[in-house]
Amino acid sequence: MKVNVIVKPKEAVLDPQGNAVRDAMRHLGMPEVKSVRIGKFMEIDVEGDDVDLEKKLHGLCRDLLSNPVIEDYELRKKS
Amino acid sequence: MKFAVIRFPGSNCDQDCFSAINSIDGAQADYVWHKETSLRGYDAIVLPGGFAYGDYLRCGAIARFSPIMKAVIADARAGKLVLGTCNGFQVLCEAGLLPGALVRNRGLRFVCDMVTMRVEVADSPFTHGCAQGSLLRMPVAHGEGCYFADPETLRQLNEDRQVILRYANDRGEIVPDANPNGSIENIAGIVNRERNVFGLMPHPDRAADARLGSADGLKIFRSMMETIASGRAAAA
Repeated sequence: MKVNVIVKPKEAVLDPQGNAVRDAMRHLGMPEVKSVRIGKFMEIDVEGDDVDLEKKLHGLCRDLLSNPVIEDYELRKKS
Repeated sequence: MKFAVIRFPGSNCDQDCFSAINSIDGAQADYVWHKETSLRGYDAIVLPGGFAYGDYLRCGAIARFSPIMKAVIADARAGKLVLGTCNGFQVLCEAGLLPGALVRNRGLRFVCDMVTMRVEVADSPFTHGCAQGSLLRMPVAHGEGCYFADPETLRQLNEDRQVILRYANDRGEIVPDANPNGSIENIAGIVNRERNVFGLMPHPDRAADARLGSADGLKIFRSMMETIASGRAAAA
């Protein structure tokens, strides 16, 4: 199966990178931009497809792919 | 007294730690490769600065799963003194041995500078050689050193006197101008609740010789040695 994992900084965590990009977008003629948050996007290809594997993936999302202290993750299964 | 200096692929302050520790009478540092699985025989553990595993994913995120980390975690839980400087602090947070996390500097720049810190807690195993409220000068060199903790964790840290060092100006005032990276409440270094694990972004290992700017870092290593000598930290 193929899954996409999106990791985002939590709301309470300052994202200076996002703020810099927001300012650049405003500067480049889009003052309407209210905020930008920058995270990570991972495409993961996994041999097999069952509930156990998904559970394992969620475990690794919490332990490795994201840091729950500062980030939220979303796991999206493709097809 | 034996210190283990852990070497991850990408560590680059291992030699600074090694020579700082070995410059102290009675202290001996050994390098321990991250693929080792035991830290038996060592009185204290040092996680040095650098870019372990290239800081891929997040700083310290992959290093925390290195084989040696099982021994570091087990020994830390048993009460052995563990010091993490810079990247080592990030690894300790990722490993869950210290609360909170270190994120991108607020100013987005890699900061390479000499900083001043105020000793907030002078009776910890790592700072009892310093006077309460005294100032320490050490270099920093990091891009992700902004300490973050949620409000509840922060309250707990303050309540339990776990914040050991804060960035301060030359007069010892905790002001935003003295904060090199945007750390919450100017936090530079914290201990765990049991007080045997200490992480800080500045480099005591690079402040080990007055001729090179500061010897204040030696106070940290010497405090650790006194703690171990007095038997207050768990034996190997």
